[in-house]
Amino acid sequence: MSEIAPKQSNLPLEYSTKQNQLNILGFWIFLGAELALFATLFATYLVLVSRTAGGPGPEELYELKTVLIETFLLLTSSFTCGLAVYEMRRGKQAGMIGWLIVTILLGIGFLYFEIEEFILYAVHEGATMQTSAFLSSFFALVGTHGLHVTIGIFWILIIILQVLKRGLNADTARKVFISSLYWHFLDVVWIFLFTLVYLTGMVS
Amino acid sequence: MPAQQQKWLNLFMKVLPLSLLFLLTGCSERFVLLNPKGPVAEVQKDLILWSIWFMLFIIVVIFVLFAIILWKYRERPENLDYEPPDQHGNTLLEIIWTAIPVLIVIALAIPTVKATFELEKPPKESRGVEPIVIHATAADWKWIFSYPEENIETVNYVNIPKDVPVEFKLTAVGGMSALWIPELGGQKYNMAGMGMTLYLQADHVGTFKGRNSNFTGEGFAHQTFDVNAMEKEDFYKWVKETQASAPLLTKKQFNEIIQVGVLKDKLTFSGTHLAWVDFAKPGEHLDNIPAKEKHGTIKLEEVESDHHDNREHESHQHEGH
Amino acid sequence: MKWDEFFVTGEPLIYMADAAIVLTIIGIVFVLTYFKKWKWLWKEWLTTVDHKKIGIMYIISAVLMLFRGGVDALLMRAQLTVPNNTFLDSQHYNEIFTTHGTIMILFMAMPFIFGIMNIAVPLQIGARDVAFPYLNALSFWTFFFGALLFNISFVIGGSPDAGWTAYMPLAGNELSPGPGQNYYLLGLQISGIGSLISGINFIVTILKMRAPGMTLMRMPMFTWATLITSILVVFAFPVLTVALALMTLDRIFGTHFFTLSGDGVPMHWANLFWIWGHPEVYIAILPAFGVFSEVVSTFARKRLFGYTAMVWSMVAISVLSMLVWVHHFFTMGSGAPVNAFFSVSTMAIAIPTGVKIFNWLFTLYKGRIKFTSAMLWSLAFIPTFVIGGVTGVMLSMAAADYQYHNTYFLVAHFHNTLICGTVFAVFAALHYWYPKMFGVILNEKLGKITFWFFVLGFNVCFLPQYVLGFMGMPRRIYTYPADAGWTELNVISTIGAVMMGIGFIFLCINVVYTYFKGERDLTGDPWDGRTLEWSIPSPAPHYNFAVTPQVKGLDAWWMMKKERKEGKEEEEPEYKPIHMPSNSGRPFIMSIFFFIAGFGLVFEWMPVAIIGLIGVIICMILRSFEYDDGYYVPVEEIKQTEAGRE
Repeated sequence: MSEIAPKQSNLPLEYSTKQNQLNILGFWIFLGAELALFATLFATYLVLVSRTAGGPGPEELYELKTVLIETFLLLTSSFTCGLAVYEMRRGKQAGMIGWLIVTILLGIGFLYFEIEEFILYAVHEGATMQTSAFLSSFFALVGTHGLHVTIGIFWILIIILQVLKRGLNADTARKVFISSLYWHFLDVVWIFLFTLVYLTGMVS
Repeated sequence: MPAQQQKWLNLFMKVLPLSLLFLLTGCSERFVLLNPKGPVAEVQKDLILWSIWFMLFIIVVIFVLFAIILWKYRERPENLDYEPPDQHGNTLLEIIWTAIPVLIVIALAIPTVKATFELEKPPKESRGVEPIVIHATAADWKWIFSYPEENIETVNYVNIPKDVPVEFKLTAVGGMSALWIPELGGQKYNMAGMGMTLYLQADHVGTFKGRNSNFTGEGFAHQTFDVNAMEKEDFYKWVKETQASAPLLTKKQFNEIIQVGVLKDKLTFSGTHLAWVDFAKPGEHLDNIPAKEKHGTIKLEEVESDHHDNREHESHQHEGH
Repeated sequence: MKWDEFFVTGEPLIYMADAAIVLTIIGIVFVLTYFKKWKWLWKEWLTTVDHKKIGIMYIISAVLMLFRGGVDALLMRAQLTVPNNTFLDSQHYNEIFTTHGTIMILFMAMPFIFGIMNIAVPLQIGARDVAFPYLNALSFWTFFFGALLFNISFVIGGSPDAGWTAYMPLAGNELSPGPGQNYYLLGLQISGIGSLISGINFIVTILKMRAPGMTLMRMPMFTWATLITSILVVFAFPVLTVALALMTLDRIFGTHFFTLSGDGVPMHWANLFWIWGHPEVYIAILPAFGVFSEVVSTFARKRLFGYTAMVWSMVAISVLSMLVWVHHFFTMGSGAPVNAFFSVSTMAIAIPTGVKIFNWLFTLYKGRIKFTSAMLWSLAFIPTFVIGGVTGVMLSMAAADYQYHNTYFLVAHFHNTLICGTVFAVFAALHYWYPKMFGVILNEKLGKITFWFFVLGFNVCFLPQYVLGFMGMPRRIYTYPADAGWTELNVISTIGAVMMGIGFIFLCINVVYTYFKGERDLTGDPWDGRTLEWSIPSPAPHYNFAVTPQVKGLDAWWMMKKERKEGKEEEEPEYKPIHMPSNSGRPFIMSIFFFIAGFGLVFEWMPVAIIGLIGVIICMILRSFEYDDGYYVPVEEIKQTEAGRE
């Protein structure tokens, strides 16, 4: 077990203790594992995208408008998340929490449109996860990302509660930082999703 | 046991089983991988033997080094005050024992790549000969061979002409099987919804054992078939006879055949199931996967008992389509 | 579901197993109650976050799994000894070979390796624990409960029977209905979580917690092996996670990833499985290489030859291991260009592996070789593993593999590499680090008896199987006809298996004997070792190092001993309070919820599954709100513990 080193003033709050540095490095490595996880889901989607079993394919289902809204919401939320960490670095707890709440709201907005999209496919167009290999892989890939976003929203919420209770210190700063890494990661994955799933599907 | 004896016993007991191995290998007919009955298996045997020489070389070098080093540098009462030198390494040695394996890999890779490409086509020897196409459909747990040009179908045995390349078209109903006739050549998987091509050829007359080599569940061990390689004239005589006199395959009969269960009977039909279904086409299997029965239905005693051949018992023929 | 579908019925062996399980549980409860050890169990073991104790628990579990996997093996060998045997019917045999493979690789080899990494790595780098002790405990308990879930299948619901590779469509609902295959999916999924977490844990530990002065190129080789293995784990296990999840969705929720209906692609399972599966076997072998480096250099009294080459060869092996997976299905018709590529990439792995073999031989060269049990296992590895390695090269030649694939030649190869590599290594590691774990030395005589029975037994069991492959015997058949000509070699093979079983029994006798009469390790350095773990008492104090050592070179402890002999002045150790993490019961409890969730999904009882999942989530939330920072070990206690050593 590492000793808690004294705070080093030239480092940001979240990096200021040895254990914090360990946690952040550990989380980066976890993101590497998540990369492998999503890569596998992407590979599965690409293998199965043309296997529609007589059911609807990408061209019939995907709608540019919905996807653009989802993209706008999620990318903006990544920006606001960055603003939150910026406020944190300046020591401004209220500003940080404010931008985190905006981030969550944008995330909820993203989920709203995505759930609406899924309901449109599954209920109104009869295109469920059980219809074909293509749809199984679509829902698995996009759904896993959406599940991750959902977890992220609850996670940030829990951290906001902890900051409200304990203030901004080395531990809470670390938690905010790590959750922001997670949130940005999900944004990067979305960019791949947007390109390899939706755009490619609508164009070809 | 003193270290001295230990070391010798150690080495001896590793060499002994190996030498037994070498005694056992060789000319015996049972070593099907080394007793090819066709050009494809011949190519594979040559590759296998080529690799064995290099592997033997590696094994001898390492075993000899190992034995000498263990013997020479073992701790004994006389050398208890010997402190080994602080050797960091030796760059020249590292280069040598990297370069030689690289050369060995190259020596193995070239014939391997060559053979791998070669086996995707019919055997070189029969370049001018038109291959005979036979569809091999694996079903749990039997083999169905369809001759589309000759319009005949056999179950659990396949007759082929000698010195003619056989273009097996592999597919399956249900689980992934693999067609393997070791004396004629290596295996390839049979997969539902996909058609694989495997070229084999017999250049000896005889009956060779074939089987499924990829695990398909309870009846897997019994999923075997016979390959009868015969002179061309005899083969075409058999084809004509079969076309003329074998019972016509009906859908009902075929569906019974592909029902899940071990079928050891050797059956012969005129007509093929390709007339109404080709399992190599995606989606064809959908209506045809028979559901699995409860486990524990395979009883060895029943499997090994009398198998019938539908050509011998006229009274057992089914009527109609 | 009817009672006779929930409980496996109709087999006398199963009823005997039921009885044994119930009696064992009653026995354990009785002993714990009689000796009033419940609180001790909870405080010292179930809630520990100490890497040394976690390591011991991993190893104990692995040995139990080795027993079960070994019994499976003996049952299989018994059935195959004579043709047309009716000792096991096909269904039973298929369940047994499936559980044998799954248990040996995932619940025996992996935990044994993780256990040894846990024991040795923090000690080798001069650290007081791993980077994330709480997660370390979670890793163990998820492994334990995942393994438990898998293990109960043979008495409740039925075991999986589609092979440890679980190819589709065979493993799908149509051809393998029932809970059996679900046990495979959920058991592996749950314990896979633990593996991934361990991978992350060891990378951070090794990168960030080394003692001052220990640069990467001054680390012990076992630590290097652990680092490289952990990187492989982080990239390979998520692939398995997805693959298992997709098959679970197919089986339970009617999706079509790998099914024949709905345009699914069964081949995709094979690809995903082996993209994980090949790195997995290198995850199993690289730590073994690390162990051998430690033991060989210790008992030859000579530093490891070619340290730099040894590091880079492991890096090369791990990179290549991610580029060879198709060699597991050359015969699936990928075509000549693909097969040719993977042939060459697979052959290439032999090159860095050969480099390592020669470096070990030259470590022994001009050494002073002591034949302790740990050393015997490491020495036996060299010639036997080379046989396994060269047969691997033979298998990598695609056109030849068309004949070898799925035969006993393949079975012999992978047992040759896994047993002579991984199993020999964990036995060597057990002997080598036993004093550090328990303060006693395993009996050498019994160790040697174990060694000879096991190694000779291995050769007698598996070398004939190479020949059986050449005779056309495929794997996974529950019986064969008398006229196949395979009988004699099968008889010999069974004799070898029995010899290996006897070896295992002697290992158990050794452990029990040593508990009562074992020679104590009084110095902490029973082997005149070279690395830092030998600089602290045996068994190691709970904080490991009273003072964090200063490292001046490779084989840090050897250097320190040399300096002491030369009379160099040593500084008085200045003790400071040591910060240690607090115990926690949450990993244990959270893993129970994982078990409940898994059990529910196995039987498709969704309410049960949901309850389990909610439990897991609540545990994670509680963890987030927890700010327990551990505690400090006071200087007086450190002084007392250190004074207690000789």
